[in-house]
Amino acid sequence: MPKITYIEQDGTKHEVEAESGMTVMEAAVKNTVPGIEAECGGACSCATCHVYVDDAWREAVGQPDEMEEDMLDFAFDVRKTSRLSCQIKITDELDGLVVQVPEKQF
Amino acid sequence: MSGDVIKTDAVIIGAGPVGLFAVFELGLLDIKAELIDILDKPGGQCAELYPEKPIYDIPALPIVSGQELTDRLLEQIKPFDPTFHLQQRVDELGPDGNGGFRLKTDIGTEFEAKIVIIAAGGGSFTPKRPPLKGIEGFEGSSVFYSVRQIEDFKDKTIVIAGGGDSALDWTHALHPVAERIVLVHRREEFRAAPDSVNKMRALVDAGELDFVIGQVMELHGSTDQLEAVSIRGKDGEMARRECDILLPFFGLTMKLGPVAEWGLNLDENLIPVDTEKFETSTPGIFAIGDINTYPGKLKLILSGFHEAALMARQAHRYIYPDARYVFQYTTSSSSLQKKLGVK
Repeated sequence: MPKITYIEQDGTKHEVEAESGMTVMEAAVKNTVPGIEAECGGACSCATCHVYVDDAWREAVGQPDEMEEDMLDFAFDVRKTSRLSCQIKITDELDGLVVQVPEKQF
Repeated sequence: MSGDVIKTDAVIIGAGPVGLFAVFELGLLDIKAELIDILDKPGGQCAELYPEKPIYDIPALPIVSGQELTDRLLEQIKPFDPTFHLQQRVDELGPDGNGGFRLKTDIGTEFEAKIVIIAAGGGSFTPKRPPLKGIEGFEGSSVFYSVRQIEDFKDKTIVIAGGGDSALDWTHALHPVAERIVLVHRREEFRAAPDSVNKMRALVDAGELDFVIGQVMELHGSTDQLEAVSIRGKDGEMARRECDILLPFFGLTMKLGPVAEWGLNLDENLIPVDTEKFETSTPGIFAIGDINTYPGKLKLILSGFHEAALMARQAHRYIYPDARYVFQYTTSSSSLQKKLGVK
């Protein structure tokens, strides 16, 4: 099972076991990782599951599509590494993925 | 706005799917309802958050979009001709002195109702507050999430932040009166009406408007008067921009809002109810859908529909205390079919 690591702003790490096919948001919510609110439940409609993808993983994770890019307009402190975690599908290739949780969801 | 008090059997707070279906269940029992919602359209989260997203767990509808579900519910409740009071938030709810309730919205519409049904979902949609340090202190004086009087912005230097229709609409509306408008958006592309975007770009080309690609990261000022904002540009550099006003337009989020002030028992922002009548700690006030809680509660639309049906039965006891409740099926009851306009 792919492992995903979520790092909070203060450095606290949460390593969770995820299943392929889940999203990075779902794995966070299922394991009560703080800071991922996912108000809309994963419909790419609220931008409260914003994460920063670790530089080493940016290529493997890929870029947001147009709809996600639009929704990122509603997030705070958007950076080049910003993604909405509900739009990142976990695959075996993403085993070891590291994402940072922003200080605050909007 | 003030006017006559609207008198009705039931006021339903929230016009999401569960509030809409409550009109149906109440209507079958001859209970007339008025609906109030903060949004400018019925449908609640279904219409606002995911109008095009498919829902797969509505019984007998293997797949339906949020908007389609809303449209179908509106069609279903049409025979009961409910009145919608949109873009209003119920601020006050209390006893009317006659065993019923008195309600008042933020724009002054007043109601007297025998019963109240709170179907407010995740709470009322309110503008998102950017998590900028000290923003609360500027709200109402230098930071606004909506514009009520354009004249108040005369000769001001205004930073408008956001990339949607609200940001652009207000850019255009305030441009004629403002001293200067600075539109701040994190990228070149906008998710707004193309003609509105083109008009904005023309104003920028004509030197009448500033468009800055970046994000507002800091506020500067003293007490409640904003003096400048810091904008982080594309290259990561911070630039200071003098201004009097900041208008952030980053969409809506759900907040419980005034519900907390109505004297009802609450459990972590949810309203506890019993599972026979779905009544709150105040007899005559019901809570159905995502806003309520009880042992085993599931936040599903289908649960809300069930809750609406059982709520209506108790509502009938309040509205028609002397009448006997008769359980009937719409398939066979001619009186129900008459109410539904079946020919």
